Amino acid sequence: MALIELDKVSKVYRMGDVEVHAMREVSLAVEERDFVAVMGSSGSGKSTLMNIIGCLDRPSSGAYRLDGAEVSRLDRRELARVRNKTLGFVFQSFNLLSRTSALENVELPLLYGGVAARERHRRALEALGRVGLAERVHHRSNEMSGGQQQRVAVARALVTRPRLILADEPTGNLDSRTTVEIMVLFQELAAAGITVLLVTHEPDVAAYASRVVVMRDGRIRTDTRQTPRQAAADLAASVRDDEPQEVSA
Amino acid sequence: MIPLETFRVALRALMRNKMRSFLTVLGIIIGVGAVIAMVAIGEGAKAQVEASFASMGSNLLIVMPGSSQSSGARGGFGTLPTLTWDDLRAIRREAPAVRYAAVQLRSSAQLMSDDQNWATSVNGTSPEYFAIRNWKAERGRLLLDSDVESSAKVVVLGATVVDKLYGAVDPVGQTVRIKNIPFEVIGVMEKKGQSPVGQDYDDVAFVPQTTFQTKIQGGLQKFISGTIFLGAMSTDATTRAETQVTDLLRDRHHLDSSADDDFSIRNLTEMANAQADGMRTLTTLLASIAGVSLLVGGIGIMNIMLVSVTERTREIGVRMAVGATPLNILLQFLVEALTLAVAGGLIGVALGVFTAGRLAAKFGWPTLVRPDIVVISVCFSGLVGVVFGLYPARKASQLDPIDALRYE
Repeated sequence: MALIELDKVSKVYRMGDVEVHAMREVSLAVEERDFVAVMGSSGSGKSTLMNIIGCLDRPSSGAYRLDGAEVSRLDRRELARVRNKTLGFVFQSFNLLSRTSALENVELPLLYGGVAARERHRRALEALGRVGLAERVHHRSNEMSGGQQQRVAVARALVTRPRLILADEPTGNLDSRTTVEIMVLFQELAAAGITVLLVTHEPDVAAYASRVVVMRDGRIRTDTRQTPRQAAADLAASVRDDEPQEVSA
Repeated sequence: MIPLETFRVALRALMRNKMRSFLTVLGIIIGVGAVIAMVAIGEGAKAQVEASFASMGSNLLIVMPGSSQSSGARGGFGTLPTLTWDDLRAIRREAPAVRYAAVQLRSSAQLMSDDQNWATSVNGTSPEYFAIRNWKAERGRLLLDSDVESSAKVVVLGATVVDKLYGAVDPVGQTVRIKNIPFEVIGVMEKKGQSPVGQDYDDVAFVPQTTFQTKIQGGLQKFISGTIFLGAMSTDATTRAETQVTDLLRDRHHLDSSADDDFSIRNLTEMANAQADGMRTLTTLLASIAGVSLLVGGIGIMNIMLVSVTERTREIGVRMAVGATPLNILLQFLVEALTLAVAGGLIGVALGVFTAGRLAAKFGWPTLVRPDIVVISVCFSGLVGVVFGLYPARKASQLDPIDALRYE
């Protein structure tokens, strides 16, 4: 059974008198442990797809089963619970709480999950260690570089041990070197059994995924499997050159 | 989410904008401060009134003789002696709620020391009088029963009289002439100050009632040409004492049920209570005005909370994305408003106590900070915080996570 199953999902917004069809009967299945990149230009519907998969939005029609459970009809409170337990988010603009330490940012989902203080602390430290920020747990978000902030965001996403991590243009605000670093992280997570769904408009970034879904006008245009580019190797190469290397092929 | 964590998050959000938080709660601070100060001053004034009534005498009742009536013109109370010495003895014997009874025979007379003179009120009385009025000698001694029995020519002077006749010299043992009759000064009363109507209690001289009758102002042997002062057993007993004495005197004076009293009784405790009631009304009025400013303070909190919700839209989006339920968000902002309001309330209490203290020191008023009012105003500010915080908090909790995350 697939982790994500979308069955003829449509999303229609009303903007004044105009109906905007952001998604038109999209059907998609994503297996567990997969690393999927969703591509498309702006307005293609990829963000809407992401929001629906991320339980931030509900489809206008169609069915969405996450881990076997129908979630398209859940109310706001239940959706919040699904987001907390099953999903992790990474955003383009990091979206950390400002002037708040890395540790507290990572503890946040556990706080809403009702995890006790000591356990929260332990798991947040563990997650920060996993993204290589063990030395910076008490740094505040505004004292860190973009790459470090995004690592904190990744730690925050995986601290609840989610089934699925959703990343919306996670490298959009990063330089090419830190982009590769973040992609290393995602490939590690996928290898460790967490499904990763990544939205991007950069083919270079999509190259690290093992499956690429391209959207246009609210529909899936292509859906291809590929041999993922090894981010760790690229990173090692760039370290060897001792110079941030262009990752474009 | 754990309540303590919610509170910590709220506290940190507020500390981030210290100045703004302070200005926001200024309305609450002023409101609560005003309530506390007003009530403290009001209570102080009430206590002062009570003290001034208490200085007249504890649980005091005054029995005045009836009015004269000649050719249809009715005199006021006290113009006709209707109270007899037997009445006094009967009251002492038969009114259980009465603890002390003493006469006050009053006359104005010129007093002369060796080199000064002064007109004052000379009162003939007995030792019980001082117990009723709760009045002690500062120097020397008070009148004794033996002075009354022997019609001794002794006098106890009030502080004002001593000041006028002797200045700083100790008058005890000196001779003062009243109506040209020499009296030995045996004591000086301690200072009592002014009556509630501003009369000087200390401009007075006391002689034994028997001496008064023979030397100062001759009168009828059977009737008391003055008033009877009564001290009730307790404050609660004053009304009972009033009833008992009324019934007793009506019976002794053979008044049938349709006849008016030929005497009147003033109950000082009741007068004091009436005064205190008036003071309480004023206090309540002032406190309600201050309460209105608390409401205005609440509107200030709502305003800033709305600004805060708008400013932190993205933060709300992030919290929702990582699993905060609408209730979590609602509680967070509600707790923030509550924290603001209660903090304002507590600062207001400190301000109120301080203001009341300063005003009291400046104008010589007593102040009484009432703990119940402190608790009520802090609770009320909390209520204001919840009521006015609810709308912004609800607004925050109803945000759409996608819009909130995208908000710039």
